[in-house]
Amino acid sequence: MAEKEVKLFGMWASPFALRVEWALKLKGIEYEYVNEDIPFNKSEELLRLNPVTKKIPVLVHNGKPLAESLVILEYIDDTWTEGYSIMPEDPYDRAQARFWAKFADDKCVSATYAVFTSFGEAQQKLLQEARDAFQTLEQALSGKQFFGGDQIGYLDLAIGWFAFWMPIFEEIKNLSVVDNENAPLLKEWFARILDVDMIKTSLPPRDKICELSKQFLSGQIKR
Amino acid sequence: MAGSGNSEVKLLGAWASPYVARARIALNLKEVQYEFLEEQFGTKSELLLKSNPVYKKIPVLIHDDKPICESMIIVQYIDEVWVSSGPALMPADTYDRALHRFWAVYIDDKFVPALFGMMRAPTEEAKAEAKEQALASLQLLEEAFGKISKGKPFFGGDTIGYLDIALGAFLGWIKAFEEMNGFKLLDAAKTPLLCAWAENFCNNEVAGAVIPETTKLVELAKVMQAKFKSAPPAN
Repeated sequence: MAEKEVKLFGMWASPFALRVEWALKLKGIEYEYVNEDIPFNKSEELLRLNPVTKKIPVLVHNGKPLAESLVILEYIDDTWTEGYSIMPEDPYDRAQARFWAKFADDKCVSATYAVFTSFGEAQQKLLQEARDAFQTLEQALSGKQFFGGDQIGYLDLAIGWFAFWMPIFEEIKNLSVVDNENAPLLKEWFARILDVDMIKTSLPPRDKICELSKQFLSGQIKR
Repeated sequence: MAGSGNSEVKLLGAWASPYVARARIALNLKEVQYEFLEEQFGTKSELLLKSNPVYKKIPVLIHDDKPICESMIIVQYIDEVWVSSGPALMPADTYDRALHRFWAVYIDDKFVPALFGMMRAPTEEAKAEAKEQALASLQLLEEAFGKISKGKPFFGGDTIGYLDIALGAFLGWIKAFEEMNGFKLLDAAKTPLLCAWAENFCNNEVAGAVIPETTKLVELAKVMQAKFKSAPPAN
């Protein structure tokens, strides 16, 4: 497929934009990255390209914009059919991958946000809920090296950001959400995915993410 | 790969669920033979709890004893498995495919909660907010329809596609709410394209037949509202 212009509107600290970058890199697609000043100073262009949700990431390919990171991942795999295969081939495996990615976004993200922005007794209850959510998510690994099998795939790209961000949150708040007690295999996968060359070389700077996370978790900056 | 006997494909569902309707419409469009197992309102069967331990919700498609959950994931699965039966549900063009997926997510995130919010919201103020949100979402979907359908009767073009199913399965409940609340959600003045689309969808022999009768849904809504007021909130 002839490659024309590919532009990604993202934000350096956004895990959802990172998902898309990972997919583009896996496919070897050249792209222009536009860093948006989220949330207070979104560009005119972003608002024009994504008037519906006004969020990043937005991928623009041949002038046509797309939003929703998981939708973009599938678009990338559907469109650049040569090279790395992101989605599983078997329809049942595809359904499972989509199910768990949705579970992660629906349950794990909100559970993470809730536990790290709460206090006291409420936090204890939310902590158990978050631990349970990640314990459930671990099921999708079912003895494989990666969610995608021997290589990383759609689900690894979708939830890989937890491997980087979770330890940072845990350190800041002195809480343990993913550990050897509730999700040992997931914890192993955290280490394994951060060791993948492409992933390793495309993570945002840890110290800056720590700083930003501290502000975010203390309510100084909003989602 | 395609199922031939009745026992290979089962669908756990309930007659009134629009999420279940999505799965049924897809199965019917693809002419799949399946066994429909009706869950009783208020209880969850052993099979449901075993097949969908994560969410414990319907619909669940069980194909060769393997469960698939989440309505739009089920629709895509059906399209991918029964690929040579009936027209494709996903568009051929990958950008159009992505648009179908994007708007299906939008429907589930913004429109559906607003639609049911109009019935379940605890205060008049919250109900009014839900109504505003529902109308605003439909306005955006009207614009989207204009762009995606390219002058054809459905989001999928000449035939019913993924996004048609995502929204069309809710037409029974949309009509029920219109009747119960005395105003139009799909208004010929504001959303003329969607009104025409809704008629085409309901007139479609295969898809239209799955949508429950408005009167039955209204009756059910009244029963549910009464229960909701008298009982503590349950899942």
